[in-house]
Amino acid sequence: MSEFDLLLREQAPQVLSALVRHYGHFDLAEEAVQEALLAATQQWPSEGVPDNPRGWLIRVGSRRLTDLLRSESARRRREENAAHLAAPEEFVASGPEIDDPGGRDDTLTLLFLCCHPALSPASQIALTLRAVGGLTTAQIAAAFLVPEATMAQRISRAKRSIKQAGSSFEMPPEAERDERMGAVLHVLYLIFNEGYTASSGTSLHSAELTTEAIRLVRGVRKLLPDDGEVAGLLALMLLTDARRPARTGAEGSLIPLAEQDRSKWNKATIVEGEALVTDALSRSQLGPYQVQAAIAAVHDTAEHADDTDWRQIVALYDVLEQLVDNPMVKLNHAVAVAMAVGPKEGLAVLEPLEADDRMNHRLEAVRAHLLEMSGDTAAARESYLLAARRTTSVPERNYLQSKADRLA
Amino acid sequence: MVPVKYMLLIYSNPESWASLSAEQREGLTTAHETLARELTEQGLLVSAAGLADPITTRTVQVRDDTTTTTDGPYAEAKEHLAGFYLVECDDIDQAIGYAARMPDAEYVAVEVRPVMDASGLEM
Repeated sequence: MSEFDLLLREQAPQVLSALVRHYGHFDLAEEAVQEALLAATQQWPSEGVPDNPRGWLIRVGSRRLTDLLRSESARRRREENAAHLAAPEEFVASGPEIDDPGGRDDTLTLLFLCCHPALSPASQIALTLRAVGGLTTAQIAAAFLVPEATMAQRISRAKRSIKQAGSSFEMPPEAERDERMGAVLHVLYLIFNEGYTASSGTSLHSAELTTEAIRLVRGVRKLLPDDGEVAGLLALMLLTDARRPARTGAEGSLIPLAEQDRSKWNKATIVEGEALVTDALSRSQLGPYQVQAAIAAVHDTAEHADDTDWRQIVALYDVLEQLVDNPMVKLNHAVAVAMAVGPKEGLAVLEPLEADDRMNHRLEAVRAHLLEMSGDTAAARESYLLAARRTTSVPERNYLQSKADRLA
Repeated sequence: MVPVKYMLLIYSNPESWASLSAEQREGLTTAHETLARELTEQGLLVSAAGLADPITTRTVQVRDDTTTTTDGPYAEAKEHLAGFYLVECDDIDQAIGYAARMPDAEYVAVEVRPVMDASGLEM
């Protein structure tokens, strides 16, 4: 991302908030901001960045929004027949110049709105990236490998759903705050994951999503410096992202944690993530992102795979299982038990998961791994092959198939 | 979970198609138009198309660098692929719901298959 893009994207939520505070009409204001951002990318490179970029964007955006509101009200008057012809132009009273909110930061309010419970996760992600992240529809569509028209429809529908839910541009009531915050953090986590799991080379645009997710969480942390889970999520992202340079080999093949070249890990990022989670754990209420970050920190601070403190990891998974009911957590717990105690004990942890219908190919992949550890190569091979057939990920299938081949 | 792409594969056979009344054929068209419009409006439709009759199929095979083409489909089955939808859904149940709304599911069958993607998690 260039410095220029960064400047624009940082302004996006501020400009949108200013417009919505003044005019209401989140849906049209969001449209207007995109057009203001586009105007900036066209004009600033040749004319230079204005002294007050935010003021410039607010001015251009509000002019565009006024146009949009005018045509909207004309359309409505046509629909409502001549009876309302004389209706005052309620929307377009131009009033005084819009104030730059200055010190006020409405990014959180905006995030709560974009991650509204009336929306599907896919819509929450798309709207957050556009309205808060300042990405264009084309960029979002490219990251998720869908046609731009499909993404455009998804975003307008998301805005319509928010309107129908009667949501206003205000912080959710105190009683709902925790739950809504959970949804916001989850959406940011999904954005990160979408970028992180993309293997290099095949999905160029997706890698940018991790950077974007980290940038957005940093923004939230500035507003809520004492929230342990915000810090935990940021730490988790940093400690995971630090391993990115080592996690894929040629043509996007996956390299398991134990075989990664740890000298490629980003040390500075690990130091930052570890400090964040240590601080959060010492002074905030415990939460799942903090525990996951703590687990990632144990991995990241082991010089060699053999130095990993698996007992510590098992203890952390015990805590995490008390906090969340997630099949992936249970699988990882089984792996940790196998590493700390032995494969038989790990397989015993897997047993009750057979009946869990939320399990996917990963159950079989973990079983394969533990069977291989236990020396039962024939059964391990069967499990690798079955897992390879069940996954919908090309790099995972190739990895699992190669594991099976090696046991043949 | 992040949405997954599913391919809905519509199967047909010459007998079932021939046995449809004009009204049923019209119903089929209307049902697909409605479904495609709805999927488009929801921002879920990646692509969709109906395929020409299998009589128009050419099957291509390369053996020892020699390309041969034959008339008709490769698979020797009574049923043939008549069309597809590529959609993004939250989970397979949502995709199954759309498949069940196609009259083709009533006449022959619609297959729902997840699409492979390039993302993956190291283990």
